[in-house]
Amino acid sequence: MSLTPAELSSSVAGGIGASPQRPDGNLKVRGEFAYASDLWHEDMIWGSTLRSPHPYARIVSIDLTEALKVPGVHAVLTHQDVPGSNLYGLEHKDQPVLAVDVVRYQGEAVALVGADHPETATRAMKRIKVEYEVLEPVVDMETAADDTPLHPGGNLVRHVPIRRGDQSPTADVVVSGRYEVGMQDQAFLGPESGLAVPAEDGGVDLYIATQWLHVDQGQVASALGMPLDKVRLTLSGVGGAFGGREDLSMQVHACMLALHTRKPVKMVYNREESFYGHVHRHPAVLHYEHGATRDGKLVYVKARIFLDGGAYASSTGAVVANAATLGVGPYEVDNVTIDCYGLYTNNPPCGAMRGFGAVQAGFAYESQMDKLAEKLGLDPVDVRIANAMTEGSVMPTGQVVDSAAPVAQLLKLVKDKPLPPVSTTLDLRSMPGGVSNTTHGEGVVRGIGYAVGIKNVCFSEGYDDYSTARVRVQVIGGELVALAHTAACEVGQGLVTIMQQIVRTELGVQRVTILPMDTSIGNGGSTSASRQTYVTGGAVKAACAAVRDKLTKLAGGRELSEVDLADLVGDDVIDETVEWRHRATEPLDPETGQGNAHVQYGFAAHRAVVDVDVELGLVKVVELDCAQDVGNALNPQAVLGQIQGGSAQGLGLAVMEEIQTVGGKVRNPSFTDYLIPTVLDMPPMSIDVLELADPNAPYGVRGVGEPPTISSTPAVVAAIRAATGLALTRVPVRPEHITQT
Amino acid sequence: MDFLRPDTFAEALAVKAERPDAVPIAGGTDVMVELNFDHRRPSALLDLTRIAELREWTTVDGRLRVGSGVPYTRIIEQLGAQLPGLAMASRTVGSPQIRNRGTVGGNLGAASPAGDTHPVLLAGDAVIEVASTRGTRMIPAAEFYLGVKRNALEPDELIAAVHLNATPGPEQFAKVGTRNAMVIAVCSFAIALHPAEKRVGAAVGSAAPTPRRATAAEEFLAGELDWAAPEPLLDSVKRRFGELVAEAASPIDDVRGSAAYRKHALAVLARRTLGWAWQDHLGKEARECA
Ligand SMILES: Cc1cc2nc3c(=O)[nH]c(=O)nc-3n(C[C@H](O)[C@H](O)[C@H](O)COP(=O)(O)OP(=O)(O)OC[C@H]3O[C@@H](n4cnc5c(N)ncnc54)[C@H](O)[C@@H]3O)c2cc1C
Repeated sequence: MSLTPAELSSSVAGGIGASPQRPDGNLKVRGEFAYASDLWHEDMIWGSTLRSPHPYARIVSIDLTEALKVPGVHAVLTHQDVPGSNLYGLEHKDQPVLAVDVVRYQGEAVALVGADHPETATRAMKRIKVEYEVLEPVVDMETAADDTPLHPGGNLVRHVPIRRGDQSPTADVVVSGRYEVGMQDQAFLGPESGLAVPAEDGGVDLYIATQWLHVDQGQVASALGMPLDKVRLTLSGVGGAFGGREDLSMQVHACMLALHTRKPVKMVYNREESFYGHVHRHPAVLHYEHGATRDGKLVYVKARIFLDGGAYASSTGAVVANAATLGVGPYEVDNVTIDCYGLYTNNPPCGAMRGFGAVQAGFAYESQMDKLAEKLGLDPVDVRIANAMTEGSVMPTGQVVDSAAPVAQLLKLVKDKPLPPVSTTLDLRSMPGGVSNTTHGEGVVRGIGYAVGIKNVCFSEGYDDYSTARVRVQVIGGELVALAHTAACEVGQGLVTIMQQIVRTELGVQRVTILPMDTSIGNGGSTSASRQTYVTGGAVKAACAAVRDKLTKLAGGRELSEVDLADLVGDDVIDETVEWRHRATEPLDPETGQGNAHVQYGFAAHRAVVDVDVELGLVKVVELDCAQDVGNALNPQAVLGQIQGGSAQGLGLAVMEEIQTVGGKVRNPSFTDYLIPTVLDMPPMSIDVLELADPNAPYGVRGVGEPPTISSTPAVVAAIRAATGLALTRVPVRPEHITQT
Repeated sequence: MDFLRPDTFAEALAVKAERPDAVPIAGGTDVMVELNFDHRRPSALLDLTRIAELREWTTVDGRLRVGSGVPYTRIIEQLGAQLPGLAMASRTVGSPQIRNRGTVGGNLGAASPAGDTHPVLLAGDAVIEVASTRGTRMIPAAEFYLGVKRNALEPDELIAAVHLNATPGPEQFAKVGTRNAMVIAVCSFAIALHPAEKRVGAAVGSAAPTPRRATAAEEFLAGELDWAAPEPLLDSVKRRFGELVAEAASPIDDVRGSAAYRKHALAVLARRTLGWAWQDHLGKEARECA
């Protein structure tokens, strides 16, 4: 017989359901945690990247002569020095490691310099002479498909159609709109950084801040023309990711320089370079039409969605699939016609960012729900509840939602919270404009808005999505201790804590060491799609079960709860590695978009209360309360942290965060003008966490990180609309939009 | 790059005379950003933070002399009651960390059109004391700002202090930014009422190549205000004042905001701050009569 985890862990603190301290918490708070930018090696040199100043240009010539003459320069490399394949990419291998004869976006890497000092590298870089023939950039996503082809197959990266039910439906009431989402950045605080060390076997060891070690490893090995086992990656300290580290940045570049010079090479982007060095959230144009009955039941939804993928595909294909399959939101709609397109342009490349396609669609469909409510004279929450999906509802893809979908309950929870009082004393910090002293109450109007959203959890469309975990127990100093090892990236979200908690619960062992994440163990999958607690958590749990089976055998019939485990293990080492998969998904039918494409769905709802200075167009979000179902809160504090962070990022998109481009050029590549919310912008939150277990998931968990990012943006905008009476069809909402200047 | 660290102002002036290309550094909140972005590569930095004289404030002939190196945090905490306008502007600068280090001298040295203290200094008739081994010059704020990030300093001069009215009338400062803290001004505005002289100071920031006074607005308002028998202001007066302030600006469209918005917002800020300042004045008159 085997023992239930609860019996084993009864004496162990810090298991699942608790909120134990993070193992890296103290170091981070004290500023002692080593991030990738702190990496150091005896004898190392510094790499830097020459980037294109043009969004689209032909490279006529590259002259390295003067750069090579700079004392202290060890190497200057171009595409000719890429040992293996010069093309890489997450979905399509369309992006050059170093540009060959054309550059397709401002900031594209053209050449590399390795030098004994970063300053020397910069100086040498300025002496590389690149002659460009500047071309007219393609920058409009809606017309890009018919514009100059930027890649051999044309500018359409992917089209996902969804066809469900009646394709020529009619309805009593029709509302339509065109919505726009600006380009948001992940704005992680730790810039791209890594250290490549050439190894004696001719391979290379790369210490790197990333979200997915194995996919990096594959791409780096292919570019270097090396077998996988010659390219070994170890995760370094990651200062945030949010999707921006799924693609390669300096990984191949640092390794090329290291192999070429036979010296350890460090690369660190500065803030400005970081804005050019990673993909952003796809800007979008979304055309929607909703048809409903007079009492507000949705009859049909039609949508044409354009997502600007920029110069290279990155994960555009998967983002397109998300925007399409989640395009009607968490509502029951029988008749759906959606066409979602991802395009190449000469804008900055866009790819993964928290919410991944669901954010763009969410802003549009929730704006439409408000428009519908207004047209019918109904309460916006009532209209949503009338159409809310539940467990058993059918998605526009035909997939049946087979675990909790408490959409109506989440909406009711946020609606029923007490409303904040209108403050009667003047505290500038609580005013729109804050301490900038723009109003003492003049022009301030309060508005309330609601939104709810849906997000898929884990990888979809038939992807073989798994994680590998190794768990070992042994006796050290008379105490039974455990060790857990995966390649799943800790990027700040707290996976290391969750792994410890799971091992404690499953094995009843207090002391759990987490080994550095690296490629010496199998794939841990991506730290994205809200999936690591689910998938790597599932793998660690399964590895613990394998260890427990071994222990049970050792116990030879005795119950584990009755033996002293340290005695039982003695000098043995029990070491089990397990590969764990969530249930399989299916691809989408390419013509109808039908198929059981997603693993799990997550839901969150927000109520936003805002004070808008309608004369100046400034906004103070007074409250941004949230209700979310997380299946099972393995670490309640971490769950709240995710909901707060996701909500803040959604607030940022609603009122300030945008990479502004003109003709493909970025106008604000710095934190001076790319604004993210401060403590005076983000209110304290009241959060309701539901724990409606998903029977298909380990411990019943449901992915937490992304759903709050989706509903927070439209809730804030709905509240601004309520205060101003304006249509506000674009995010971020700027003072110019509110004041119409 | 040399790092020069004089202990006294006299020493600093001697160094600056000898090496006019040395870049002074006070709080460093502008200088370090420029170095970091590689916008500037000076042969030497002249560190002013050891010079005690620059970090003091005193009263001289009934005017306040505030050393160029007094950080914003101390202006807010120690001079808030005496210099309300400057304290309000200081409170809007950056974050606590920036206010702990940043100085008015640095704001003047950088002379960015978006610097927050400039409109207050203009409206409050501040005089900038600059010095070199050749002597001292007293430059009215209105003559200090020459162009985008250009000021009236000669290469061998340093800013010693700013001189301000020690008993100013009602003052207000307001700035618009697209975030509720830590934001560069999209536009800003300061007003200072000078009841003793029956005058008004008004100036705009971040809305022209330099911070500048709104002279027509000042004159219009001085003519409208009944200083002796103050009454609540007519809305039409506030509006006209706002229009004239907006007209004084010549803003551009940029990544932070449109020219049209800046003009619109300046008119709103002018109207509102006038209302608050006049309310202050009414309050004071009422207290003095009681
Ligand atoms: C994150 C951040 C936020 C900011 N927010 C704001 C803001 O909201 N509002 C705002 O106005 N500014 C802001 N700034 C800019 C800066 O903080 C201010 O301009 C500040 O007043 C500069 O003062 P400092 O002492 O740090 O100047 P420094 O950087 O030391 O010097 C600035 C310039 O003045 C010169 N200088 C300094 N002292 C003297 C002197 N005594 N004589 C002659 N020249 C001198 C220097 O050579 C340099 O050219 C911000 C900066 C940062 C980094």
